[in-house]
Amino acid sequence: MTTSDKSPHLDHDTVRAVADLARLNLTDEEVVRFAGQLGQVLAHAEKLQTVDTADVPPTPYVLSLANVAREDEPAPGLSQEEALANAPEQDRGFFRVKSFFGS
Amino acid sequence: MAAPDLTTLTVSAARDGLRSGAWTSEELTAGYLERIRSVDPSVHAFLHVADELALVKAVEADRVRAEGHGEPPPLLGVPLAVKDVLSTQEMDTTCGSRILKGYRPPFTATAVERLQAAGSVLLGKTNTDEFAMGSSTENSGYGPTRNPWDLTRVPGGSSGGSAAAVACGLAPGALGTDTGGSVRQPAAFCGIVGLKPSYGRISRYGLVAFGSSLDQIGPLCRSVEDAALLLEVMAGRDPRDSTTVPEPVPAYSRDLDGDVSGLRLGVPEEYFIDGMQPEVEGRVRDAVEHMAGLGAEIVPVSLPHTDMALPVYYLVVTAEASANLSRYDGVRFGHSAQAGSMTENYRQTRAQGFGDEVKRRIMLGTYALSVGYYDAYYLKAQQVRTLIKRDFDRVFRQVDLLICPATPTTAFEIGDRIDDPLSMYLADVFTLSVNLAGVCGISLPCGTDAAGLPVGLQLIGPHLGEQSLLNAAHAYESTTDWHARVPDPIA
Repeated sequence: MTTSDKSPHLDHDTVRAVADLARLNLTDEEVVRFAGQLGQVLAHAEKLQTVDTADVPPTPYVLSLANVAREDEPAPGLSQEEALANAPEQDRGFFRVKSFFGS
Repeated sequence: MAAPDLTTLTVSAARDGLRSGAWTSEELTAGYLERIRSVDPSVHAFLHVADELALVKAVEADRVRAEGHGEPPPLLGVPLAVKDVLSTQEMDTTCGSRILKGYRPPFTATAVERLQAAGSVLLGKTNTDEFAMGSSTENSGYGPTRNPWDLTRVPGGSSGGSAAAVACGLAPGALGTDTGGSVRQPAAFCGIVGLKPSYGRISRYGLVAFGSSLDQIGPLCRSVEDAALLLEVMAGRDPRDSTTVPEPVPAYSRDLDGDVSGLRLGVPEEYFIDGMQPEVEGRVRDAVEHMAGLGAEIVPVSLPHTDMALPVYYLVVTAEASANLSRYDGVRFGHSAQAGSMTENYRQTRAQGFGDEVKRRIMLGTYALSVGYYDAYYLKAQQVRTLIKRDFDRVFRQVDLLICPATPTTAFEIGDRIDDPLSMYLADVFTLSVNLAGVCGISLPCGTDAAGLPVGLQLIGPHLGEQSLLNAAHAYESTTDWHARVPDPIA
């Protein structure tokens, strides 16, 4: 029940690069804190490297069901009004997005 | 008319009283709403309470019963609570997150729809760690839930609201979701029964996705029979969830005979570890003895990859979560920061809307999936997941079920682990493997520690082994009194 695993810090540039991929603004304080906390979790995960997985297939999903399809029958879907009901901004029946040129 | 004691009322007793005319759904529902008003300010189990809507549904259920056309649906008029990660068309669904404040889904989850089709009355939506990410319900964006046994302690999580609500009689039963232990661990901390069905047994349609290869809906209740009853109503193939299995759904609650003679119960040595609370080990060992006394054959077994479950889980689940949570973009629903450009709006919306733990998991998952780390982390974790699953496949050729603790400790203090993610993750160390292998597990009360806090016993069964799992749990419950204990009244 120990959490005193060695806690290497992920470097701050890596944390910022990952946050960029995740489209997530982090404050400088969060960068420092997450670097330490994520580093600790990744250090714990290092023990996976001690397991021999040569010729072991990955398990992305535990069932053996494959190519499951339902009957292709027409059925009512959401109305435009229902689909837009939660939109922060809408315009003439569309979701309105912010300008993406130059962003 | 005898007013029922709501602090001990089970789903099946509520149903029986409705059938016999001992009480009406309107009386029951009004009674629960009154208790929620008086008790929940101290516990904070609910995020939304249905109030008038629940009473309208209750009156309607009473009318259907009075009109009496044929056999009434199995849960007609029974009030239930639902974790706020399950979509409900008639109530907000926030997942405990600020990013979904005020979100009203345009559809209802299949599991909830089936409970409603069976006649039940939705009392409200219960608190949860944000997007079910946590083991204490402290990660809720709307404040923590408190454990009814000791208000300074956590109820467990992430289905802590549902567990606390059932434990102190704010609902006779509730739905939770279990991705790594989020039904069984809070059930253990709150002294009630929590079932994690096999992957594919209950439709995930309308369950807001967290770790899609692991998520499963499960009931939290006061008895094993209730868990069986709710399972049989919700289980089965759903054309809207391609991962539901086609196997027919047994009448689980009817076939609980409590006979475990000759049942082979495996005791996995890896589930009794250094650092676990000695009282937890003691009570669980007592329970093993008790099952032997009922005629079960006790077999020592080994699941050698158990200590790999925690790192495998936190790489797999965060990878899946980082992909699932990319949908929160401030465009179609939920919070929008209203920043000037599109990408900056994504970044600020997510920075403002998500809490710390959700951000950490998105970061960890994005890292594990990124170029250069994918093979070392994500692929490696999926390979070791195969070995964990093979451990279970092998052990279930030797024994029928496994018996072990649900958690390494009893409920911890609010605030104790919130700044130390790894110590928080360790609260689920005995439940994670069950999700990784896709098998079924149940937690039920088996004693208390010196402080009077509940200890949870876990039984684990093979994929679709729910009948045997529930039967063994029922055998234990019906020959012990731990399930009958309730916390002291809360003002």
